[in-house]
Amino acid sequence: MNLTLKIWRQKGPQDKGRMVEYKVTDISEHMSFLEMMDVLNESLVAKDEEPIAFDHDCREGICGMCSLQINGEAHGPDRGITTCQLHMRMFKDGDTIYIEPFRANAFPVIKDLVVDRMAFERIQQAGGYISVNTSGNTQDANSIPISKHNADLSMDAASCIGCGACVASCKNSSAMLFVAAKVSQFALLPQGKVEAKERVKNMVFQMDLEGFGNCTNTGACEIECPKGISIENIARLNREYLAATI
Amino acid sequence: MSGFLSSSIARKVAMALSALFLIIFLLIHLTVNITSLFSENVFNELSHFMGTNFLVQFLMQPILIFGVVFHFVMGFVLELKNRGSRSVKYVKYNGAANASWMSRNMAISGGVILAFLVLHFIDFWFPEMNYKYIEFLPEDPTRYFAELQHKFTNPLRVGAYVIAFVLLALHLLHGFQSAFQSIGLNKYTKCVKTLGKIYAIAIPAGFIIIALFHYFNH
Repeated sequence: MNLTLKIWRQKGPQDKGRMVEYKVTDISEHMSFLEMMDVLNESLVAKDEEPIAFDHDCREGICGMCSLQINGEAHGPDRGITTCQLHMRMFKDGDTIYIEPFRANAFPVIKDLVVDRMAFERIQQAGGYISVNTSGNTQDANSIPISKHNADLSMDAASCIGCGACVASCKNSSAMLFVAAKVSQFALLPQGKVEAKERVKNMVFQMDLEGFGNCTNTGACEIECPKGISIENIARLNREYLAATI
Repeated sequence: MSGFLSSSIARKVAMALSALFLIIFLLIHLTVNITSLFSENVFNELSHFMGTNFLVQFLMQPILIFGVVFHFVMGFVLELKNRGSRSVKYVKYNGAANASWMSRNMAISGGVILAFLVLHFIDFWFPEMNYKYIEFLPEDPTRYFAELQHKFTNPLRVGAYVIAFVLLALHLLHGFQSAFQSIGLNKYTKCVKTLGKIYAIAIPAGFIIIALFHYFNH
């Protein structure tokens, strides 16, 4: 198929940036979206032009590295996948595709389609962990009884790969789904309860400090999340926060 | 804004609590008004009670006004902050692909409701305050029904009320369930969503019926 691509180009963080139009031809419907981008980049390099910078790593939908706002949707028009798992069969011959970086003040553009998502790392550092005693007497986790229901919910929350699609999709650039998943995965387990209050307070404080917007429960994050993290986790985050602060 | 309300979650909880308060108020307001469809006397008696009862006038009314003002001011503050959190907008943004129009445009529906409230205050609340507390006119327990009917003789006013209540329905379709989500009550999500849809359609529809009834029966 032949496609017209309108891609955000930005030389660096200080550059104003602009949309640039490219044409790609003979794209196979079996290609992944990133393979299509590779084809475009190879043609740019052959013409001695600067290739388009974009994030990617595992290309198996698990690392959370790839991003891209494609035709106005995080990770493109398909559901439950990351951009690397998006196939060109989702588009038609002759389509015009808009490709932009994930937009949020807390995710500043580094170059072209690459954004700095370190804000998520700083939120994790603020409390997204359990302080394990490594004295040698640590209890075997398997010896602590956990209900199947809670174990499943915790595992679902823990499947968040921190890609930032929730922020990119939200009209308010809210990071609430990400923080909710990271708080929930521990809040549901006995190991996480010891530091629950400090964890939720510190992570929410850091989230606000990073400049993300407020959640207004539109549910866009849940729809666009490649791992299907439920907004029920956001309700749990709200409960955990209220219990910790009141 | 400092202290507890400086946190994003605390703000959304405060928005939700003020919303739930207003949801209860709307139900009471409709209950009183709907009696005007069936009995002039009952409507007059209820209105007289609401207009003269000390607790309603000097405790519930100030709380209600605070609730309304707080909801609008906090909503405006949050909207500004949220818009500011994405300085560079998307060239193409397909919001309809993942969220309802109602949830994405609460500020628009809220703005229309605010404009309606100004009209509503000019129509009923300011004249009432003037009648009782500025001109100190003698209370007539039978005046309320006639005042209500008189207001709904103007088709432009009735049209404005109908439009505002349609926007109120859209606001409530998202707002009702959103308020419960914000305060962390998602255990009964299915029930809340169903109840929210019924409430969001029934309450504004009730107000629309009242306005149209009095327009066609004056």
